[in-house]
Amino acid sequence: MSDQVSLGLSPERAAERVAESISFRKRRENRFLFLGKSAVAVALGFLVLLFAGILSKGIPGLFQHYVTLDVQLDAERLDPSGQGTLESLADGDFDGVVRDALYEALGGPTGRKAKRQARKLISSGSGQRLMHHVLDNPDQMRSKVALQFAVDDDVDTFLRGLISRDTPEADRRVSDQMISYIDLLQAKGRISYEISDYLFFGSASRDAEMAGIRGALVGSILTLLVCIVIAFPLGVATAVYLEEMAPKNRFTEIIEININNLAAVPSVVFGIMGLAVFIVIFGMPRSIPLVGGIVLALMTLPTIIISSRASIRAVPPSIRDAALGVGASKMQTITHHVLPLAMPGMLTGTIIGMAQALGETAPLLMIGMVAFIVDVPSGVTEPGTVLPVQIFMWADFAERMFIQKTSAAIIVLLAFLISMNAAAIFLRKKLERRW
Amino acid sequence: MSLFNLVLSVLVIGATFFVFGQRAAAGQQATGTIKLHSRSHYHGMWAAITSTLPALLILLVIVLGKNLLFQHWASHFFPPEVAGGDAVDRAIALAKITNVVDGIKFGEVEPWVQSAGEAWTRWESDTIIVANVLVLGVSLTGGLLGYRRISFKFRARNHVERILTWMLIGSSTVAIFTTIGIVLSILFESIRFFKLIPPQDFLFGLEWNPQFEGAERAGSGGGTATYGMIPMFVGTFLISFIALAVAVPVGLFSAIYLAEYATLRVRGIVKPLLEILAGVPTVVYGFFAALTVAPVVKSVGESVGLEVASESALAAGLVMGVMIIPFISSLSDDVINAVPQALRDAAFGLGSTKSEAVRQVVLPAALPGIVAAVILAVSRAVGETMIVVMAAGLAANLSFNPLDAVTTVTSQIVTILVGDQEFESAKTLSAFALALMLIVTTLALNYYALQIVKKYREQYE
Repeated sequence: MSDQVSLGLSPERAAERVAESISFRKRRENRFLFLGKSAVAVALGFLVLLFAGILSKGIPGLFQHYVTLDVQLDAERLDPSGQGTLESLADGDFDGVVRDALYEALGGPTGRKAKRQARKLISSGSGQRLMHHVLDNPDQMRSKVALQFAVDDDVDTFLRGLISRDTPEADRRVSDQMISYIDLLQAKGRISYEISDYLFFGSASRDAEMAGIRGALVGSILTLLVCIVIAFPLGVATAVYLEEMAPKNRFTEIIEININNLAAVPSVVFGIMGLAVFIVIFGMPRSIPLVGGIVLALMTLPTIIISSRASIRAVPPSIRDAALGVGASKMQTITHHVLPLAMPGMLTGTIIGMAQALGETAPLLMIGMVAFIVDVPSGVTEPGTVLPVQIFMWADFAERMFIQKTSAAIIVLLAFLISMNAAAIFLRKKLERRW
Repeated sequence: MSLFNLVLSVLVIGATFFVFGQRAAAGQQATGTIKLHSRSHYHGMWAAITSTLPALLILLVIVLGKNLLFQHWASHFFPPEVAGGDAVDRAIALAKITNVVDGIKFGEVEPWVQSAGEAWTRWESDTIIVANVLVLGVSLTGGLLGYRRISFKFRARNHVERILTWMLIGSSTVAIFTTIGIVLSILFESIRFFKLIPPQDFLFGLEWNPQFEGAERAGSGGGTATYGMIPMFVGTFLISFIALAVAVPVGLFSAIYLAEYATLRVRGIVKPLLEILAGVPTVVYGFFAALTVAPVVKSVGESVGLEVASESALAAGLVMGVMIIPFISSLSDDVINAVPQALRDAAFGLGSTKSEAVRQVVLPAALPGIVAAVILAVSRAVGETMIVVMAAGLAANLSFNPLDAVTTVTSQIVTILVGDQEFESAKTLSAFALALMLIVTTLALNYYALQIVKKYREQYE
């Protein structure tokens, strides 16, 4: 365009051209601004869509339907040997007692077919639930108590209105007979919709109505504990060395290159390393939070090192000079002055790294934390799983109720992540000093 | 004594020596006329370090090394046909022995396996005794030696600080060891894979079909199982391309809007919101892709008469794009903000509108940084695992059609390595070869991005 001008455009002609172009340029300007705004809108729209999708499925997943049954706690049937211990209760006929209470509530169905239909109403884990109740409340023995039992997952889905009555009987998983029973129980006010205690206190289960995240939650906490115990000291020590002591030489350069490379390595590769090094070479067991924590620690180490270095660098040199000036050694300067001042920033970085580790799935799949484990891990060397892996496993199950449970587990996970990030932001705002 | 208790008792011994060391030093301080070189707690620390550090190091060596040693010893029990056999037979033999040790029994156990297993159990129990005696002994002697050195002349602080410095150096080498661990573990298994499958078949093979893993074992040759990585890389890059097609326009225009147009208040709200997208765990994205996006893509595609696989590349790519938006937007935002204000002012001075200034001045100046951001995003997308595991298929189709089901490198790695695997089959080893290719790809992308950024930086400094 400049050559046009150099050809000697007269000022009038030039002004005319500018005037001509103004409306066009203005339109272009508006179009550009519109593109920018719509890009932001699209991105935020995705965010809203994601959260709306999770919340709309997950909030119902926090609840489930229960049926209240009046159970006759018959000592002879439940605890034949009368010791009240877990072993003696194992001989008791809890399923039978729950079944009888159910038949009673339904007005005594007759015939084997009717009884079988009735049994399909409640969760197959109801006997277990009664056993734990008896174990916790031995004084209620020989009395009649009203207890809540989870309904079967198909019945729950029906009660949520996700299975239509109009579907032909052969095509739905709830029979006409069962529907009439459900109506009967509802008319009697025995069916309630409450916060699911199975979700928070139950363990992994193939039955959707009994599945819970307790084991995964404990596993996540144990794994994160191992992770923080390893990653925080190592990260801070590395950052201190690199910022305060390291001479500028080949060795330091190699360390820095390595840290940057590790930050770029895909997380699944850390899992492969964990599998090959810790499990195959060192012979550690699979599926344990200890190995998971070590792998996640190595993975989050670069994050912690980088943020710790930044916060050490933010401590003004005058503080170091003052400490050195009154006779402190290099190490005393660091431990007495630099570290305390840099600590808020380091903690913030560590929390963000831990949030990353909490949400990480792929490396833990590699080291076998994907196993189906019913027991809640009681230590870092017991097999366990973690919340994201539990979500991954549940997402594979076909039952409709698992979709809701999965979404509910995601809500719990997101709640943890958001509170960790909020804590990091709070810490940064409250404690960080600007020099 | 369990490992935990052993570590705990060493720490208790260390704490005791700290207290006594400090007291002793303080006592000398009180009685003597000469001042101590170091303050009393440094003497305590010195005694604590001498009592804990060597003991814990010995314990670490025992814990990490005992398995290797036992495996070596156990190999003496192998009958000649196993000892002379290949790596596969030896690994199976070791697995049999460890099963005996763990008390797992499958049918009839050969006598040599039984005796090796019993010997292994004996070594385990012996090691525990040796470890306890050795560690506690070293801890006590070390502590006593350290304690005896306490005197006004002893420069405890210098010694303690030297050890602390070495500990700091040791910590910073963890990054190196991790890299070495990653490289070696993947390289060794990959080399073993390439001994079974020629590298050219892997690198340029157009078919990925690892199911018939018994074939090469049975000696019928690798004719039935094929390990060509091209379909997976095509799938990976197809999904990454879709992701970028979503993320680059949205991310880049968001960054331009936030950097050039938005008021501070809007920026302060929108930027953290966008960053939430980066903080959502990938398993959540995967769930979202598989459950919400894939059916929508399928039904929309079918309503216009297209055939869409239920696990289409499009669904996985779209969701991955959403995940990557914040990377592109925040990196580009930084780059755009780094363009000197003077360039904009000059453009405005010549009468350009804001969008003209952005398009013709700011963006060209920021282009290298934006390209670097996009390359980093590609490397993220290539390494992303959970979304593709959950939402993309496993069928290794060599297809460029986004509506087909494709598979990716990471999802194959996960599929192969999840669960129990025989470490000697070509199928398992192929996961390591894929991982090698994955690392090479991502590191190359990152290196390239870094070079671009470096080159760009020189322009304004």
